[in-house]
Amino acid sequence: MIEIKNLNKRFHKNEVLKSLNIKIEKGESAVVIGRSGTGKSVLLKCLLGLLKPDSGVIKIGNKNIIGKNLQYINNKSVKIGMLFQGGALFDSLNIWRNISFSSLQNKVSEKECKKIAIETLEKVGLNSDVADLYPSELSGGMQKRVSLGRAIFSEPDIIFFDEPTTGLDPITADVINKLILEKVNDLGATALTITHDMSSVRTIASKVYMLHEGNIIWGDNVGEMEKTKNEYISQFINGQSNGPIKIQNN
Amino acid sequence: MKIFTNVGSSVINFLEETGKFFIFTIKTLKSSISKWYFRNIFQQMVSIGYLSLPVVALTSFFTGGALAIQIYYGGNQFNSEVIVSSIVALGITRELGPVLGGIVVAGRVSAAIAAEIGTMKVTEQIDALRTLSTDPFEYLVFPRVIAGIIVLPILVGFADVIGIMGGWFVGVQSLDFNGTVYLQNTEIFLESNDIISGLIKASVFGFIISMMGCYHGFSSEGGAQGVGRSTMNAVVSSSILILGSNYIMTNLLFAS
Repeated sequence: MIEIKNLNKRFHKNEVLKSLNIKIEKGESAVVIGRSGTGKSVLLKCLLGLLKPDSGVIKIGNKNIIGKNLQYINNKSVKIGMLFQGGALFDSLNIWRNISFSSLQNKVSEKECKKIAIETLEKVGLNSDVADLYPSELSGGMQKRVSLGRAIFSEPDIIFFDEPTTGLDPITADVINKLILEKVNDLGATALTITHDMSSVRTIASKVYMLHEGNIIWGDNVGEMEKTKNEYISQFINGQSNGPIKIQNN
Repeated sequence: MKIFTNVGSSVINFLEETGKFFIFTIKTLKSSISKWYFRNIFQQMVSIGYLSLPVVALTSFFTGGALAIQIYYGGNQFNSEVIVSSIVALGITRELGPVLGGIVVAGRVSAAIAAEIGTMKVTEQIDALRTLSTDPFEYLVFPRVIAGIIVLPILVGFADVIGIMGGWFVGVQSLDFNGTVYLQNTEIFLESNDIISGLIKASVFGFIISMMGCYHGFSSEGGAQGVGRSTMNAVVSSSILILGSNYIMTNLLFAS
């Protein structure tokens, strides 16, 4: 479903992605872990067409999407949904307009859009009372749910999650993780999550990839993550400062 | 040696910024042949035009009044009723209406656009638009630019009338002019070209104000400080460009 070959991206002298390779099968929930600044967000932005890689191939549904924008990808091949780290809800629009944004732009009637938006709100555990509120009137956890609602509104084939639990308390984070897992399974979608929250990894992932210094240095089923003798993985999942991953600029 | 490095660096930065702005303008013009978001255009017309009306009206009224006093006391008071009314009318419609209106709207609107788009940029809302298959140039930039181009001449039209009335009010109340004669003189001396030239200028200023707001908003980086810097740059650059382009347009419209 998603295949990345020899992906390279640099900003001036800083080489962020170095011949990165990863393959995510249809229906798989892959999670990319790694320290802050290792290139996770850059990888996601390249996949979304928000950044143009210097070289390499990104295939989504067997089509190379390098140089194409999401409008093209969504129209030509597969539907894509995205949950941003901060939610990225449009603060000038109320909640139901945020959720049904894509349909509203395609001339679907406001009445129909609001109806589907309220159904979507229920899917993410919110009631219809919030439909007419604005994002600033919601808590962080509720905003994440709305953002998830917007990501799944068009029933996408692929959903990307960027640090879905950042800024949430552990209980709300667990609720969001379970909600993500449930909705991804319901849709039968392929999911790619980038995070360094290990509880997210354990809940959401079917496969885990470790990104370090611009490359995938480990990738396997989530069950193998706890058993592996890979020192990088051990250091990362146990949150240790001593190990092969050197702490720089922290 | 350091001075050459600094000058060179400034020139390179200026050229880089000009190039970026040129590409931004091309993208905006390109978005005009795609989808038009009429709801957004209407919202922006209200925001740029209707909500700016009180501040533009006050500015014009007081400017018209002050101009009348300056002409009366600064010039020959013989035949002053004719001179004051004609110079106020010409000064307001040709120069002060569009330029002061433009500067006031630049302070209000350019800053608001830059802050709004800048915040959207740093909170990933613009990326979110793209992931929802919506071109931010079509959805955010073009509606603001077209609204600026349409609404500024209307605002300046109001500013012209209110500015002339400011002069009339001061003339009648403080300078003992006959109100009817003042308005008759205004009508005699004012030609349609004076008004049209001011409205053409206003349209160009509308383009400058909205483009500067959008461009600097899109260039925002690094959180609240970055948005603040973009907002300041938007106001400064639109004000300078309004004054510069006004000089060029005055030469083109009147010197020939």
